[in-house]
Amino acid sequence: MSLNCKHSGSNSKFSSSLKLKKAKEPLHESDRVWKWRTLLLFLCLLGAAIIGFIWVFSGLNDGTSKDETLNLPQDKDRGLLEHFNVSKGQFHDSASLFQGSDQKKSLQCEKNVRDEMLLINVACAMKVICSEKQGFASQHGMIADNVEFRDQCPVREEDVPRKRGLYLPEDKSLPSASWSMSTAASGDQSCQKYVLQRKAFGARVKEQCQSFSFCSVNACWWIFLGVVLSCLMPCLCQKVLGNEKWKLFQQQLPPLQRQQQPVRSSSKSTGNWRLNFLIGFLIAGVLFSGFLYWYISTVDVSKRKDMLANMCDERARMLQDQFNVSMNHVHALAILVSTFHHGKEPSAIDQKTFGGYTERTAFERPLTSGVAYALRVLHADREEFEKKHGWTIKKMETEDQSLIQDCDPENLDPSPPQDEYAPVIFSQETVSHIVSIDMMSGKEDRENILRARASGKGVLTTPFNLLKSNHLGVVLTFAVYSTHLPPDATPEQRINATVGYLGASYDVPSLVEKLLHQLASKQIIVVHVYDTTNKNEPIKMYGPDDVIDTGLLHISTLEFGDPARKHEMRCRFKQKPTLNWTAIMASGGALIITFLLFHIFNAARLRIAKVEHDYRVMMELKHRAEAADVAKSQFLATVSHEIRTPMNGVLGMLQMLMDTGLNANQLDFAETALVSGKDLISLINEVLDQAKIESGRLELEAVPFDLRAVLDKVLSLFSGKSRKKGIELAVYVSDQIPAVVVGDPGRFRQIITNLVGNSIKFTDYKGHIFVSVHLAEEVRHPSALEDEVLKQSLTFVPNSSKNSYNTLSGFPVVDRRKSWKNFRNLSSGTDLPEEYENIKLLVTVEDTGVGIPQDKQNRIFMPFMQADSSTSRTYGGTGIGLSISKRLVDLMGGEIGFVSEPGTGSTFSFTAVLKKGETSSLDTMQQYYDPAVSDFRGLRALVVDDRSIRAEVTRYHLQRLGIIVDGIAFSMESACAYLSSCASNPSESSKISMVLVDKDVWGMDSSHPFHLLLKELRQNSRTEVPESLPKIFLISTSITPECNELKSAGLVDNVLTKPLRLSVLIFCFQEVPRIGKKRQASGGKPPILGVLLRNKRILVVDDNLVNRRVAEGALKKYGAIVTCVDSGKAALAMLKPPHNFDACFMDLQMPEMDGFDATHRIRSLEREFNERIESGEASSEMFSNVTPWHTPIFAMTADVIQANKEECMKSGMDDYVSKPFEQEQLYSAVARFFASG
Amino acid sequence: MDGVAQLKKRLADYTTSLYDEGYLDDQFVQLQQLQDESNPEFVVEVVSLFFQDSQRLLSELAKALEQQSVDFRKVDAYVHQLKGSSSSIGAQRVQRACISFRNYCDDQNIEGCLKCLQQLKNEYSLMKNKLETLFKLEQQLLEAGG
Repeated sequence: MSLNCKHSGSNSKFSSSLKLKKAKEPLHESDRVWKWRTLLLFLCLLGAAIIGFIWVFSGLNDGTSKDETLNLPQDKDRGLLEHFNVSKGQFHDSASLFQGSDQKKSLQCEKNVRDEMLLINVACAMKVICSEKQGFASQHGMIADNVEFRDQCPVREEDVPRKRGLYLPEDKSLPSASWSMSTAASGDQSCQKYVLQRKAFGARVKEQCQSFSFCSVNACWWIFLGVVLSCLMPCLCQKVLGNEKWKLFQQQLPPLQRQQQPVRSSSKSTGNWRLNFLIGFLIAGVLFSGFLYWYISTVDVSKRKDMLANMCDERARMLQDQFNVSMNHVHALAILVSTFHHGKEPSAIDQKTFGGYTERTAFERPLTSGVAYALRVLHADREEFEKKHGWTIKKMETEDQSLIQDCDPENLDPSPPQDEYAPVIFSQETVSHIVSIDMMSGKEDRENILRARASGKGVLTTPFNLLKSNHLGVVLTFAVYSTHLPPDATPEQRINATVGYLGASYDVPSLVEKLLHQLASKQIIVVHVYDTTNKNEPIKMYGPDDVIDTGLLHISTLEFGDPARKHEMRCRFKQKPTLNWTAIMASGGALIITFLLFHIFNAARLRIAKVEHDYRVMMELKHRAEAADVAKSQFLATVSHEIRTPMNGVLGMLQMLMDTGLNANQLDFAETALVSGKDLISLINEVLDQAKIESGRLELEAVPFDLRAVLDKVLSLFSGKSRKKGIELAVYVSDQIPAVVVGDPGRFRQIITNLVGNSIKFTDYKGHIFVSVHLAEEVRHPSALEDEVLKQSLTFVPNSSKNSYNTLSGFPVVDRRKSWKNFRNLSSGTDLPEEYENIKLLVTVEDTGVGIPQDKQNRIFMPFMQADSSTSRTYGGTGIGLSISKRLVDLMGGEIGFVSEPGTGSTFSFTAVLKKGETSSLDTMQQYYDPAVSDFRGLRALVVDDRSIRAEVTRYHLQRLGIIVDGIAFSMESACAYLSSCASNPSESSKISMVLVDKDVWGMDSSHPFHLLLKELRQNSRTEVPESLPKIFLISTSITPECNELKSAGLVDNVLTKPLRLSVLIFCFQEVPRIGKKRQASGGKPPILGVLLRNKRILVVDDNLVNRRVAEGALKKYGAIVTCVDSGKAALAMLKPPHNFDACFMDLQMPEMDGFDATHRIRSLEREFNERIESGEASSEMFSNVTPWHTPIFAMTADVIQANKEECMKSGMDDYVSKPFEQEQLYSAVARFFASG
Repeated sequence: MDGVAQLKKRLADYTTSLYDEGYLDDQFVQLQQLQDESNPEFVVEVVSLFFQDSQRLLSELAKALEQQSVDFRKVDAYVHQLKGSSSSIGAQRVQRACISFRNYCDDQNIEGCLKCLQQLKNEYSLMKNKLETLFKLEQQLLEAGG
């Protein structure tokens, strides 16, 4: 749907924007494109920046998490090290104990260290130290023992050499060093395990982070891609739909008013759609940034939670471990007491020993404030006991549950009689004041003691305030048994075996404090330790009072070895989580980008809307302007036409006025008025043409015409002017151009007239104007030039000897090739096979005028622009001619161009595509000059001219008359030589009938050999046949007295005035008698027609008197006997058989009864008559030779159209002739019927 | 001799100008060709016939166009006649005027017709003038003995 939407949206949107673009200048378009590109580029950069930012951010995140994960194992390591140190210390203590107590029973020690993982090797150490004491002799046995009992020892091999090394008794540091080595190794192992765990955790965290960042980077890429796509989409649409839309737009153009409304509404809807899309995009962007914030926060919180849990668990475990270590030690102490106090007789431990030992091993139990040993004393033994120790058993103070009292035990009351007592006999120095106090007298202690001896394990009291430190503390109590009890001993057995109790008070806060000190990041979290034996009222054992609820809370259970008591550790972060800058920045960034994009697109949208609006306004203006332009052209056309009609009247009347008897003055006025009027008319015609062309109303005709005749007409038009100015004017048409072409002769002539008129206007009293027509093809292959004129005019070489050039007049001209240099396709007319009938003409008008200044050349073809405003003053004219010419040339499918050089002249060239015409379709020329032309055909001539181009032009004209030009002599001398050779060899075939000499080479010197030769020939001719002599014609620019002299002197037969053209030639030649000697023999057709028609009785039917008369005259000329009638009815009467007409020529369009009708009736009459003859009703004898009766009827029609002809045949006519009779047609029509006769 | 040549030249120039300016076309040449010894006044005869006929037709046309309700068929017939005769003698410009006249007739455009009539009259009188001048020249030439 979105795609659809986009497309439909883009349809109107881009069509309109495209319209705008097309309507505007290309510059704007490129500008717009540039803007688009900039925007795109900006977006790309922005997208890349976003992605880069996110990538960096995720990398940063990784880094921090790595740091944290690295921190954690370090913490662990430190804890581990601490542990190790503790074990080491313990070991060291044992060593010193043994030293002190001087006891060498080491093997027993093994059992109390069995369950201490890290103290496994303590036994070995003990042995080592023992063996040290035992001396060198027992060393071997000890080692053997060691090997036997300690199979499982993982470091046996290492032990052996080490123990051997211990032969040096005084070296104490060595073993401890090596121990530290081995334990360090095991410590390393466990440490490595931790590290691995940590790493695994870190990796997990990292993975999470990575997956998140991957997701976000992906998302960003997608968004970026989307943005880029949405940017590209319009461009694509634009491209794809471009052409179509443009076409559509073009189609829409004419009915714009009608179309505007829907266009507007559609653009409006497009705008709405765009706005909706933008708002949607904005909302999506905001939602996305919200989601981003939530997601990052969630990840962060879970990370925090995990971290808290980890830290809390870690702390709890360490606390537990340390506590257990201490507890184990207390247990060991209990066993020590049991072993050395009760197991020995006499006791190896007294208060001093105990106090000393416990004091020295206090670092082993860093968390106990003191240990004490109470003996189990039954009531029966109390007195003996008191006597033995010299003090009475004292009772604890009622409410005082503390083990540590600062009151003097002497001040206490003796214990009241009980079943049994637990007076303290040994105590650490720190708590020596509790010696002799009965522990059973305190309620908590009593319960503790009872539980301890029943369970055989350490039990804990509820936390209470330790008096001295005012810290919360717990008391750990172990029972000491007299005998070794099996592990599954019943509580009864345990109670009975109990001999005493060992108690230790733990300072929990300092325990935790110390622990936390060892760990890093203690400032991050707040730790609370609670006794939760009573779930409803947990007792806080450690932790600051002012607890701030920071949200997260993690609870880890603590296992202190007393199943009856439950403890837990509660951790929370010290500070509330700080603002999550990452999330804020990421989401803020997304939000900013969203708003930025929204802004950009919104701005673009507004801009598009504005531009669309502008476009519509401009379109409207454009249409108004166009309408105004059309109106202007129309107005011009109308006005011109309106002016022309009365002007024609004025001119006509003026002309008539001039024919009346005016005196010279009046005639002059009238003539001036006439000339002015003519100028005005021609100007109006030009304006009318321009207007017609502009409003597109000018259509070209396509009629067959003789190009050469048209050119002749142009020449004759300008002959007067050129003669007046003394400019040579010549026309040359290439042989390759067909005699008849199809096109618009009037317009073709107009173009050439304009160009030649221009040239004449700007050429002053020197040089020439040369019009040449060639096929464009001829020019295309300059290498294969066949045409002499073209060859010469293209190879422009100065003739150095005569200081002239090989041009028509010898003046230099510009290189004409440059004038068509810019033509795109000189010969496209013949490129395609279906246009084979087309020919492309290249017409060149070359002059030696003033030329066009370089800076004015570019506006030559603009209407009403002359090269210079001074030009119009000097030369007159409106400057519209060239513009019209250009448009006409465009209409003819050609191009126009020029080259001009100030001072040298200009050459205008244009091409025009015309069709080849059938030569027979137009015989105007033949008919016009038929008698004359046939007279001259086959004659031979010699042209004498020193300019080859001019000679070629002369030859061209002669050839048109069918005169064969035998040769061209470039000087009189060569002409003489040629003539004499001809004269000496007077064969009929090579006889020269005429010599045409240009006035330039004639030379006025009468002593010239040529003149002499001529004179000689003339004199000879008196005796010979005059016809055999060549006639001499002088070609001159104007008729000068000299020419007349020459003529009267009989040197020349006649003078031809330039410009040469067919009519001039014919008139000239005809004036010279006897040149057309074959007059009687030529013209074979009229006599044949005459034979055909002689004495035929022909009826001519025409309502038009003039037509009738003309037809009559024409037919009479061929010897026919013509009868005329003026209507169909009359014809019907005349042709009612029997009659004696041989044929009938019938006009078609007549009032009352037209030709078809009349013919129809005549035919029916004839049919009737024929039937009657057949039936014998009428005597056929009278006209025996004409049966069946059928009078040939020829239609006379002005318009020869196929349909008309068919109609003629249908109505019973035999053939048709076109109305102004044409010999050939008449002949061919008539011949069918009269051939026999 | 000179005078005859001059006259001849003038006649030739004048004839050429008539052709060049489009007053006459080839039909007139044909007409001239039809004239021979047996029919020496043929051209003049035909042309004067044409003048008479045209005069009549023009006045008929003027009359027809003055009517309240113009009978365009009639007008068209007259114009057709005129066109036919003018084309017969090669009076090209008159013929052309007739063609545009007929177009207006087809459109039943009275104003156009009136305008064309005016134009036709102009052309006709021009033509008449020209031809008369031509004949005068010929006459002169004949008299001069050419």
